[in-house]
Amino acid sequence: MPSLIIHTEKLSRRFDGLIAVNEISLDIPKGEVFGLLGPNGAGKTTFISMLSTLLKPTSGRAWVAGIEVSNDSLQVRKNIGIVFQEPSVDDLLTGRENLELHAMLYGMARDERKKRISEMLELVSLSARADSFVKTYSGGMRRRLEIARGLLHQPKVLFLDEPTLGLDPAARKIIWNYVKNLSETGDITIILTTHYMEEADFLCDRIGIIDHGRIVQLGSPEELKRKVGGDIVILEGTIEIEALKGLNFIKSVHAGNGKAEITVMDAADNLPVLLKHAGEIDRVEIRPVTLEDVFLKFTGHEIKNEESQDTIFERIVSVKTNK
Amino acid sequence: MNGIYAILLREVKIFFREKERIISILVSPLLFLFVIGRSIGTGANPVRDTPVEVAIKNAENIQIIEGQTKDSLQSTVVQARPISNGASPVQGYTYQQFIFPGILVMVCLFTSITYGLYIIWDKRLDFLKEVLVAPISRTSLFMGKSIGGITGAMIEVVIVLLIGYFFILPVPLWKFLLCVLWLIPVSYMVANIGLSIGARMKSMEGFGLVMSFLTWPMFFFSGALFEISGTSPVIKTISFFDPMTYAVDMVRRILLGYGNFSAYTNITAVGFFAVLTTFIGIKFFGELQQTK
Ligand SMILES: Nc1ncnc2c1ncn2[C@@H]1O[C@H](COP(=O)(O)OP(=O)(O)OP(=O)(O)O)[C@@H](O)[C@H]1O
Ligand SMILES: [Mg+2]
Repeated sequence: MPSLIIHTEKLSRRFDGLIAVNEISLDIPKGEVFGLLGPNGAGKTTFISMLSTLLKPTSGRAWVAGIEVSNDSLQVRKNIGIVFQEPSVDDLLTGRENLELHAMLYGMARDERKKRISEMLELVSLSARADSFVKTYSGGMRRRLEIARGLLHQPKVLFLDEPTLGLDPAARKIIWNYVKNLSETGDITIILTTHYMEEADFLCDRIGIIDHGRIVQLGSPEELKRKVGGDIVILEGTIEIEALKGLNFIKSVHAGNGKAEITVMDAADNLPVLLKHAGEIDRVEIRPVTLEDVFLKFTGHEIKNEESQDTIFERIVSVKTNK
Repeated sequence: MNGIYAILLREVKIFFREKERIISILVSPLLFLFVIGRSIGTGANPVRDTPVEVAIKNAENIQIIEGQTKDSLQSTVVQARPISNGASPVQGYTYQQFIFPGILVMVCLFTSITYGLYIIWDKRLDFLKEVLVAPISRTSLFMGKSIGGITGAMIEVVIVLLIGYFFILPVPLWKFLLCVLWLIPVSYMVANIGLSIGARMKSMEGFGLVMSFLTWPMFFFSGALFEISGTSPVIKTISFFDPMTYAVDMVRRILLGYGNFSAYTNITAVGFFAVLTTFIGIKFFGELQQTK
């Protein structure tokens, strides 16, 4: 497996009774930006922790850069960089000192160290505050420092566990562009988790959707969207759900509170028919399928998103698609 | 090597930035030294500080300040005498002077063990994760940490030695330095103990337990406040297994020219514990995993 930089075989991790990661077998080729999407507690961080040698697998095996993780963890660590989900910068040091410590830990030469540190500080717009103590930073500033640190030593494999969590939109865009640029110009392989679907869509070559410790879907963003298929039609008004059941171009219906999200094949053609049967409609909206729809479909967590339990009425109609 | 240095540098920087910690660690030792030391020394045995003895004591101190060779000091070594009325077991020194070496070791003990246990904070604040994924071995991490602790302990030791110099026991510079030198392996050993326990502990709640069930007993059984040869066999036996016993004994040898064990025994004992705790620490650090 020469071009595979990450390879796992039935990698699993249990915590007491709970199976956080359940027999994940995954291959990631060199140079890919791989996204892990999944609801809270799905096992993303646990999976990354095992690959980055922070957590021992309870069963199964994993290779990073050709080295088995539980065999020679030091060698693995030489090849990776990681931005943690939870902030892990040192409060009692200044921003620059945090980066210096990191550079020293990764054995960077003195000149290179200086140059890279100021570059990274510039990237995350922290140059002006570089010499203040981290305890005086805002949440987003810490996050930015954390990212600068993860990128500092230019690893072969970079793990980004919700890197842009808590960043303002401008900062997020800067990071996106940097990561995109990094993946396009270098050999770096990036494994990213995120709850921002646009981020995954923009950055990832391939996405794995993980739920209850298992990868339930795998493919490029386009492939995954195609799996959901069609377009999303959003109707508002007095909707007759029962009537919609009979229409064979409808893939699924999510309804509640006088609003329905309907996944429709060939919406442009089928919309007139749909509207005829749908009841008293006040408002119609059509949009293409997004990764968010993919996420909701394959993790089945949309139910939790719509709160008021009495009025909600949820039904998934499975219809054979006319391929 | 680079890794060890990086960790060490961080520890030293942080120590100097936490001024409250430097001060607060000194509180209990100084209370012992000045409250208990003074009260027992003069109150419990008012007969002791007769003008003649004070004169002898002062004479000796002057002699010491003037500085002389080791040999001439050897001749002034005073023998232990049976403990009575809580007075100083060593002739020629007040009780306060007698416990001063013990207090010095106490400072070293408390600073180093607290330092070691602080790794739990690192874990809680997730800073440790950054170091755990770095390409340095767990052994380097451990060594960086334990050596990093020495600086802090030595600063505290020097502060107490200075306080001692002005108020309790003026000693010549070479004794001063010898004490510092001796306490380096001692603080290293204690930091190892703290780090090993800290590596295993999940939360800061255990901190108090370690202090009550380990640190304070280590201090009390070390003979820091009493003369071991004059105590009960049970305490004696426990003291025998307490590494601090040898630490205190050696400092007493250096500062008061008096001790129960030979310098050789003390060095061997502390050396043994230092090596043992190094192995334990390396083993425990090897098993460190992410906690959250
Ligand atoms: N140290 C631990 N001890 C016990 N259970 C744990 C531990 N770490 C994680 N878990 C459990 O393992 C499961 C997966 O957690 P993990 O942190 O991997 O989820 P995640 O996908 O990263 O979620 P999020 O999106 O919220 O970050 C959760 O149910 C969590 O409670
Ligand atoms: Mg997570």
